[in-house]
Amino acid sequence: MPDPGSPLLLDLLPLRVETLGFGRSGRLLLQDVDFRLEADRVSVLLGPNGAGKSLLLRLLMGLLQPDSGRIEWNGHPPHKVRPALGMVLQKPVMLRRSVLANVEFALARTGLPARRRRKSAENALDQAGLLALANQPATRLSGGETRRLAIVRAWSQQPRVLLLDEPCANLDPHSTARVEELIQHIHAGNTRVILSTHDLGQARRLADEVLFMADGRLREHAPAEIFFNHPASTQARDFLDGRLVL
Amino acid sequence: MDEFRQAPAIALDLLITLEPELLAIIGLSLKVSLAATLLAALIGLPLGAAVAVYRFPGRSVIAALLNAMMGLPPVVVGLGVYLMLSRAGPLGELGLLFTPQAMVVAQCLLITPLIAALTRQTISDLDHTHREQLQVLNTGQLAMVTTLLRDAWLSLTTAVLAGFGRAIAEVGAVIIVGGNIKGVTRVMTTTIALETSKGNLALAMALGLVLLAIAISINLLAGILQHAAAQRHA
Repeated sequence: MPDPGSPLLLDLLPLRVETLGFGRSGRLLLQDVDFRLEADRVSVLLGPNGAGKSLLLRLLMGLLQPDSGRIEWNGHPPHKVRPALGMVLQKPVMLRRSVLANVEFALARTGLPARRRRKSAENALDQAGLLALANQPATRLSGGETRRLAIVRAWSQQPRVLLLDEPCANLDPHSTARVEELIQHIHAGNTRVILSTHDLGQARRLADEVLFMADGRLREHAPAEIFFNHPASTQARDFLDGRLVL
Repeated sequence: MDEFRQAPAIALDLLITLEPELLAIIGLSLKVSLAATLLAALIGLPLGAAVAVYRFPGRSVIAALLNAMMGLPPVVVGLGVYLMLSRAGPLGELGLLFTPQAMVVAQCLLITPLIAALTRQTISDLDHTHREQLQVLNTGQLAMVTTLLRDAWLSLTTAVLAGFGRAIAEVGAVIIVGGNIKGVTRVMTTTIALETSKGNLALAMALGLVLLAIAISINLLAGILQHAAAQRHA
């Protein structure tokens, strides 16, 4: 258990991102990204491929260090609060063991005693509709099942905030619907969801607020209703109208 | 070239009659090499995985050293172990020289770098795909090492088999530290060397074929087990 004064027990929000910049090989991939996120909303990072969405999520998770600016989860840098954050990568990697053992592995990382892991893992799988597959090798699941397992594996660690990087990329509508149901179920609990997508329909279905990104910059940050009905930036209008945002 | 023609028939005869002396030699060869492989795996697998996973200054130098030590000359290793275990050596009091245990030590020293280097490469490749995933699941570096070893174990059996192959085929080190004493430290390779020196070339070649048959059998068995495990765990 973390000690009572540790950042893990504090609220992670608001999240403050100030003048964030990140580059590689002389190329600026993110620049001057500024925003603040409050609690109780599903925030969607929306934008075309290459806009910097996945990179921003990695920075928020503390997997990368920014070149400039800062990220503060309620005053704490990402690496200090990482145990309270969860993330599902765009291409999640399943460990070479059963579906159940993958979730048990995640639970073991939280320090949950071995005797309680199985029950907790089964509960988590049940909520994702994967309990029937518990003993299957995780590497043999379908694309949609893999995403749901990746989400529930991360969620089983009871993160305060769950970052989802394109959770439905390359999935068919049926699988997308199952993943979105799971995301809404998670959000209805005690976990804040921040997800990235380039799928406009998905953003409309899930977002309470939208952070629209293009070309490494945050172009717009607005409540979903305002963003979709009255986009302020040219890039957002083009994206919403189905024009190519290059 | 008659030896080439005679050797298969002699080898077949040796395998059919299975004389007690040959059985004892085969048994000791397997015992020594399997023990050395087990010890080397216990050291080399975690060592190779740790070098792949942990980030520290000099890591690439250690990786290069491991690769270079794959080519350790057996005679040099044998000589080193001999000097350590000889009566005047620092470990002379243990009385291990010219015993199977000394042969295990020599073979273990010889194949540990091989297993460690192959493990490092295998785990490095897996680390590229798994590291970020394990990081987001809050996996510490030690747990990363054990997790990657577990996920890569099917591939790592090849590294261990390569170690076993080198150990059981080795002659230079074991003849120095074992002495090729009949009934005590005589193994397949030292017997082959002895028969060659006596001019019994066809018998030496036949013993070589028997040794090859043993190595092939063990690799086939390992392959079957690997395949079965792969079917179960994907």
